[in-house]
Amino acid sequence: MNPVAGIGGRVGLKGSDGLAALQKALELGAEPESGKKALVALKVLKNVEHLFEIYTCAGDMGVNVCGLADLSYRLIDIGALQGTAQDTILAAQKLRNMGADLIMFAGGDGTARDIMDGIGTDIPVLGIPTGCKIHSGVYGVNPRMAGMLAQQYIQGKIRDTKEAEVMDIDEELFRQGIVQARLYGYLRLPNEHTLVQNLKSGKSHSEAVSLDLLSDYIADSWEEDTLYIVGTGSTTAAIMDKLGLSNTLLGIDLVYGKRVIASDCTENEILEIMEGYEKKKIIVTVIGGQGYIFGRGNQQISAEIIRRVGKENVIVAATKDKMLSLLWKPLYVDTGDDETNRYLEGYLKVIVGNGEMVMARVTA
Amino acid sequence: MGTIRKNRDFHEARWDEPIILELGNPGERGVLIPLASDTIKKDVGSGQDLVPKGLLRKKAPALPEMSQMQVLRHYMRLSQETLGTDINIDIGLGTCTMKYSPKLHEQFARSEKLTELHPYQDESTLQGILEIIYRNEQYLKAISGMDRVSLQPSGGSQAIFANVETIRAYHEANNEGEQRNEIITTILSHPGNPGAAATLGYKVITLFPDKDGLPDLEALKAAVSQHTAALMITNPEDTGIYNDRIRQFVDIVHGVGGLCVYDQANLNGVFGITRAKDAGFDMCHYNLHKSFSSPHGCQGPAAGAQCVTEKLAKFIAVPTVEFDGEKYYFDYRHPDSIGKLRKYYGVPAVLVRAYAYIRSLGPDGMKQIAELSILNNNYMLKKLLTIPGLSMPMAEGKFRMEQARLSWEQLTKDTGVTTDDICRRIVDYGFQDYFASHHPRVIKEPFTPEPVETYSKDDIDEFVEAFRAIAKEAYTNPELVKSAPHNAALGCQIDESYLTEWEKFATTWRAYKKMELFLGGK
Repeated sequence: MNPVAGIGGRVGLKGSDGLAALQKALELGAEPESGKKALVALKVLKNVEHLFEIYTCAGDMGVNVCGLADLSYRLIDIGALQGTAQDTILAAQKLRNMGADLIMFAGGDGTARDIMDGIGTDIPVLGIPTGCKIHSGVYGVNPRMAGMLAQQYIQGKIRDTKEAEVMDIDEELFRQGIVQARLYGYLRLPNEHTLVQNLKSGKSHSEAVSLDLLSDYIADSWEEDTLYIVGTGSTTAAIMDKLGLSNTLLGIDLVYGKRVIASDCTENEILEIMEGYEKKKIIVTVIGGQGYIFGRGNQQISAEIIRRVGKENVIVAATKDKMLSLLWKPLYVDTGDDETNRYLEGYLKVIVGNGEMVMARVTA
Repeated sequence: MGTIRKNRDFHEARWDEPIILELGNPGERGVLIPLASDTIKKDVGSGQDLVPKGLLRKKAPALPEMSQMQVLRHYMRLSQETLGTDINIDIGLGTCTMKYSPKLHEQFARSEKLTELHPYQDESTLQGILEIIYRNEQYLKAISGMDRVSLQPSGGSQAIFANVETIRAYHEANNEGEQRNEIITTILSHPGNPGAAATLGYKVITLFPDKDGLPDLEALKAAVSQHTAALMITNPEDTGIYNDRIRQFVDIVHGVGGLCVYDQANLNGVFGITRAKDAGFDMCHYNLHKSFSSPHGCQGPAAGAQCVTEKLAKFIAVPTVEFDGEKYYFDYRHPDSIGKLRKYYGVPAVLVRAYAYIRSLGPDGMKQIAELSILNNNYMLKKLLTIPGLSMPMAEGKFRMEQARLSWEQLTKDTGVTTDDICRRIVDYGFQDYFASHHPRVIKEPFTPEPVETYSKDDIDEFVEAFRAIAKEAYTNPELVKSAPHNAALGCQIDESYLTEWEKFATTWRAYKKMELFLGGK
């Protein structure tokens, strides 16, 4: 548990990352929120306590809330607590090394980043949302739902896992009123997607199968004589994997003739290389719960590049579940250039399966 | 007027009946077959000798060995461990149109005049059933406004499949078969539409609903092109929201040379009020077992009707049923036809019931079906939506037609109890489990009730109060709902691994070996 997550919210700060902000929050009279919310989730788990064991850290990092929830636990030793992100990272690594089946953590986007820095996608995790900033897709809808999800995972009712984005905003900019979320990477979490629906409605695909289907489609229609500018994220990674190509998860790769000709490129590198090719396409996915296709996590693909490639050569791919999670919301572009943003507005076909597309509205 | 207004304590019989293979005893027999007489033995020899050696079993099959009485008891018990429209209130199974199927019609369908027919009899001895099929076509032409109807499909999805085949045949005849390779549909149309389109090799483009719950018209404008083969759409969709812009949808697709297909599997909301042809559609289909009344569920028996306009008439499935003024006959002389859809012709029992239904109701009666369905639904919704935690997303303030897609999302957020939990709990109250949603679940924690024209006000009241009671349980004792059912044979807690892990759901050795090959990576 990040005991200070969410502390800034009630006193009008936008987050508590960094010691200075925490100090300010406490001066403003903030009270820890994290424990109360985590308790809601843990109380749900009381129902199935005979099915699992809890390993946790001392004091406000876990022991206290377990006590309040009347759950037994075993203590892990990560040395003296520093009250910083390092505690979270060490705890996550220790739990992974001990062979934990699931790490439940309470916090916000900052906490998710710390867990990611600690263990990446090694083992499944699940966030209890207690922080101010929740842009990442690694949390339950609310603390109770996080508890329910963990319960189902413990009971073996959920077996599927998926990779979900760890997003965070630049807190310095955010306190000045500028929202700029970034994709930092991925965590692996239980895929709560209902496995069994009513028999009449059939069974839906798992996340892995959905990715496989859309990757098949894109790989099958791959053109040898075209330069592909491949964007960031796990969806484009699945496409690259299908083609048997190495991929930079958070970077831009260039592919020609089914060969990677440049990895993790900057804007300038892309501009320079693409000059030598007549036919060019961009492949991107939809990033995060806010639905950005340009300007979050792939700023390297700049307005200039997009205009030179042309919007008719932009391929957007995402799983159908992701598109459904954005129901009634448009896709966003934020290229930093108003004219390019307007140029991209309108509808486009997002590839969601093998020969399957959905129409999505793009707005700036 | 009855005084008892609820039977909420009713539920189906419940006990753990073994499967039949676990019953009986070695040597126990239901029928003793007499031995052949000496004369026959002398003339024919042993019956076993007639079977080629290679086909002979090495050991006897492991069939159940039981007497007649024990077999009867086994199946009678199983038949009591079920619920359905004839036993209790089946409003929950929305989109299925679980209306009362008149029992008089069963007498027609079970008459030996029908059951003793063989499809390979000479046509001259099949005049009765051919006349019924022919007349059904004439009625369905009037109901849809279309010019030709095939009653060959044995279900709704096969009728959809026939429609997609017709789309392909039409564009191929115009030398545009290659070019027109996209079919547009909506996320709330029945999955049979994208399913049939994908099966026949089309790319599928899906439209999402806007906030009014209608397919996004602007998205359609952006989706159509010279590649558009057709639009396949439902109105109203499962949400029950009537699409009053439907004519624009049709015109936009016609504008680029595509065809328009109306999925009318469930006709109940517009029965006798609107016609597919009048909205400009080129094709439609009906599930005759739904709106035209037949006992259905448990995968059948079903029957579909494919209805097309004049320009597509030459493509429909063969044979057609014709009348030359003296006799009815099958006509195979349609060189442009998409071909035969199934062995023999359609599902005659359902066609007979549909015929009886149409004849007994007449045009005024059919219009009343829609009016009463809509009235029942809106009465029910008014009451259901006073239940805490239940809501009706999209198109706020707009009336629904014959059904509605509701959402328990708020209840789930508040209590952790999901629609799947409630679906199991309702069985404890003696109701059939309900239909949540077609796949995918566009609306979260969905619930799709449909109180067709044959349910009474008392039925609807009782149905609603059962859900109110469950919502109250969810807010006070959620575990009770989550661990349901407690006293019902239906809707059991399912071990999902049996549906997701191939080692478990392969029920035969052959299936196991196949899955091992394709899914097990061996």
